[in-house]
Amino acid sequence: MGENYYQCRDLEDFANIGEFAPESGSKFFEYYNTATSAGKLTEREKALIALTVAAVRHCPYCIDAYTNKCLSLGVSNDEMMEAVHVGAAMVAGDTLAHATQMRRIIKKKEM
Amino acid sequence: MQSAATQLNPQNAFKERLYQCGAYPLRADGIDILQMNITRRCNMACKHCHVQAGPERTEMMSRETMMHCIHAAGSQGISTIDITGGAPEMHPDLEWLLGELVVLKKRLIVRSNLSVMLEPAYRQFIEIFAAHGVELVGSLPDYNAVRSDRQRGTGAFEQIIQAIGELNKRSFGLPESGLALHLVHNPAGAYLPGSQCALEAEYRRVLRDMYGLHFNTLFCLVNSPIGRYREFLKRSGNLSDYMRTLQCTFNPKTVNSIMCRTTLSVGWDGRLYDCDFNQMLELVVNSGGPDHIKDFNFSRLADREIVIQNHCFACTAGAGSSCQGSLTE
Repeated sequence: MGENYYQCRDLEDFANIGEFAPESGSKFFEYYNTATSAGKLTEREKALIALTVAAVRHCPYCIDAYTNKCLSLGVSNDEMMEAVHVGAAMVAGDTLAHATQMRRIIKKKEM
Repeated sequence: MQSAATQLNPQNAFKERLYQCGAYPLRADGIDILQMNITRRCNMACKHCHVQAGPERTEMMSRETMMHCIHAAGSQGISTIDITGGAPEMHPDLEWLLGELVVLKKRLIVRSNLSVMLEPAYRQFIEIFAAHGVELVGSLPDYNAVRSDRQRGTGAFEQIIQAIGELNKRSFGLPESGLALHLVHNPAGAYLPGSQCALEAEYRRVLRDMYGLHFNTLFCLVNSPIGRYREFLKRSGNLSDYMRTLQCTFNPKTVNSIMCRTTLSVGWDGRLYDCDFNQMLELVVNSGGPDHIKDFNFSRLADREIVIQNHCFACTAGAGSSCQGSLTE
């Protein structure tokens, strides 16, 4: 075992995550490749979505992979940052939206 | 995402990879392209340049060596003559050379940094290239001005845009004009190029919508970890990761069409190499056959064993990379 839970080199092992469950692994990769390849959205647009989700989900592997992919596809630095702000705004909005429940409870409980 | 890890930079890693996919020893499959590197002089000094070209370089192919090249280029199996540098336009004999080569009625390519054609001393080459039906391959590392200039120097992007405009006016890069202008993308940093198809669409959209410019095809090139680019990788602490990425993305499907199998590269001094990268590393053809263009012998070079080292991973990474762009897209 390595000393840290997250290690850069683990990213290289992503292709092997089907180990011990090859059928599910294979189905996952088929789905993953279909979902992230160009369709009605371009590969570039999908890479920006993936980068944003990676930042929101705090996945260091995906942040590494999709920052590189965005660079490779010619996405500019400000476009990447703009996309991450969409993620940040969504998280903020999502957090505040959950205050609705808090506000409702407060109003019900207070005299 | 990347494939499974390989060993970290063993000296013979590329050789081992070829063994694993049954492709060692790697042998040439004819000579389709004769690539002539006629000078290392250039008006620019780009950060990625594997030739380490620049204004201070003095190496120039002699006319005698050019004549040997012209003779070799006449061989039946050779379909394409690919002239590169440095900036080929800065060689005083380029116009004469093109005049001799055009008679052979073969595909004639000149690789240009494009900006040089804006300089008064070299403006005439737009007409010369058009008159000889030369296919132009111009370097535009990125459609983003900031990134492009980071690699080629401040103001270079504007000059290239202006040069493409001049070439479009002379019909280069316009559909069905018969005058081809291809562009070359190579990453302005320690990463690999994305899909050629996706990048070509973006280049086309940005150049058309923002600048009203046109080109034929985009070639995506992986930066080879040699020359100035290697120095950048070392300085920035990226060399080990970059080499590892190249190895992890090795694609066996690229090996059959790797460019050295059908290319013979001639240095400014007439020495022969398997590719322009080997030329810069001074890895002369090493097959027991001729190693100088004056001794050119098609049949003895056509199935030569290719000299390989770990920089060769740059040509087999991902979709593969060659002077004609990706290999598998």
